[in-house]
Amino acid sequence: MTPLGLYEPGTSLLHRAPTGPSLLAVLLIAAGTVLTSDPWVLAGVCGLVALGYVVARVPWRRLRPLLRTLALLLVLIGLVQWWLLGPERALVIALRLVAAIGAASLFTLTTRVDDLVSAVERGLGPLRRFGVRPERVGLLVGLTIQSVGTLSGIAGQVRASAKARGAGGSVTAFAVPFMIRTLRHADALGEALAARGWGDDDTRPSPPHVAEP
Amino acid sequence: MIEFSGVGHRYGDRVVLDGVDLTLPQSRVALIGANGSGKSTLARTVNGLVTPTEGTVRVDGRDPARQGSAVRRRVGFVFSDPDSQIVMPTAGEDVAFSLRRTVRNRAERARLAAETLTGFGLGDHIEHPAHQLSGGQKQLLALCAVLVLDPDVLVCDEPTTLLDLRNKKAFAERLAGLRQQVLLATHDLDLLEGFDRVIVLDGGRVVADDEPEPAVAHYRKLCT
Repeated sequence: MTPLGLYEPGTSLLHRAPTGPSLLAVLLIAAGTVLTSDPWVLAGVCGLVALGYVVARVPWRRLRPLLRTLALLLVLIGLVQWWLLGPERALVIALRLVAAIGAASLFTLTTRVDDLVSAVERGLGPLRRFGVRPERVGLLVGLTIQSVGTLSGIAGQVRASAKARGAGGSVTAFAVPFMIRTLRHADALGEALAARGWGDDDTRPSPPHVAEP
Repeated sequence: MIEFSGVGHRYGDRVVLDGVDLTLPQSRVALIGANGSGKSTLARTVNGLVTPTEGTVRVDGRDPARQGSAVRRRVGFVFSDPDSQIVMPTAGEDVAFSLRRTVRNRAERARLAAETLTGFGLGDHIEHPAHQLSGGQKQLLALCAVLVLDPDVLVCDEPTTLLDLRNKKAFAERLAGLRQQVLLATHDLDLLEGFDRVIVLDGGRVVADDEPEPAVAHYRKLCT
C-alpha cells in the first residue's frame, strides 16, 4: 500500500471543500513543518491533521495501511536521525513527516484526481502568457499521483516473482526487473497518451459525442 | 477509409514492413500473422504512433504523419495491456480524462463518462479504483476511454491477449456492436467471426488478403 491514498468517496466537509484552497492548505502545512522546529507546534499540526481524518470519516481499512507505512518510515528514518543527530532532532523530523504525509494523504483521500488536475489548470491559467501550459502541468500532477499506485503494484509483483525464484532478499533480483518494468510502463503510458491525443498541440474544443456500445 | 501505399518500415537494419499496399473500406478488417510479422507496427501507423520510413498512410484522405492531431481525433487505439492505458485512478475519472481536451465543463465530462461506462456494463464501477477492476473490465474501460470520443475508426492491437475466455467473448461482443470501422491486429483467430476481410502478414509483407476462412487457412499453412 502506498502512503498516498486513492480517493475514498464521501460527503464530509473535507470532501466538499473546494480543491484549490485544500491544495493550498496542504502546501502550507508541508512548508510550515519545515519552517518550525518546535516539537509542540509540530505535534499540534499532527493533531490537526488527525482531526481531519475524523472529520473526513476515513474508514479504518484505508487508515490501517497508511499507519503501517508511516510507522515503518518513522522507525527507519527516526533510528537513523537518532543515531546521527540525537533524540530531539529525530522527534522533530518524525513529527514533520507525520504532518506532511498525513496531510497529503488526507488530501488525496478526499479529492478526486480529476478535480485536482482541474484546480492546477485553473491556478496556473494566468501563467499561460509566460509560456506555461497549465493542461500539461495538470496532467503531470495527475500522472504523478497515479504513478505512486502503479509503481507500488509493479514493486509488489517483482518482489513476488523474486521470492518465487528463491531470491527474495536479493537487491539485484528486485532492482533490475523493477527498473525494466517501470521503463516499459512509462513507454507504454507515453504511447497511450499519444494515442489519446496528448502531445498534439491543437486543443480546440469540439462538440462532445456519446458513444453507443 | 484506410489506405496504405507502398508502406515500409525499418528499425535500424531490420525490415518490419515492406511494400504494403492496401485499401480498406470494409467495416471489419483484421491483421493476423506470427510474432514479428509487422501487424502491430502496421496498426500503429494508422494513428501516427509509428511513422513509416517509406510510403504513405491515409485515413479518410488524411496523412497521420503530417496531420496527426486531426487523424487521432478520428482514430481511437486500444492496446493489449489495459493497465498501461489507464491514466486516472478511478474508472469514471479515466474516461472523463479522454474528454478533457474537448469538453471544458467538468460536470458534463463526468456525465458523458458515466453514460459510456453504464452502456458497457461498468455503471457500478464509476468510483471504483481502475487498477482493481478485473482484466476484462479493465479492457472494457480502455475501450470506453476511447469510444467516449466517438472516433470513426477503432484500431485494436491484441486487445484480448490478457483476457480469459469469458472476458474475451464479452469484449468480442462489444466490438461487434460498434458503429466504427474496426482494424484489429490479433493472434486470436476466434475474434475473426463476422469480419469482412482478413489480411495475413509475414515478414512485413501481405501474403494473403481474403475472407476470414481462406485467410486463416493460409495462415495455418504458414505456421506448419
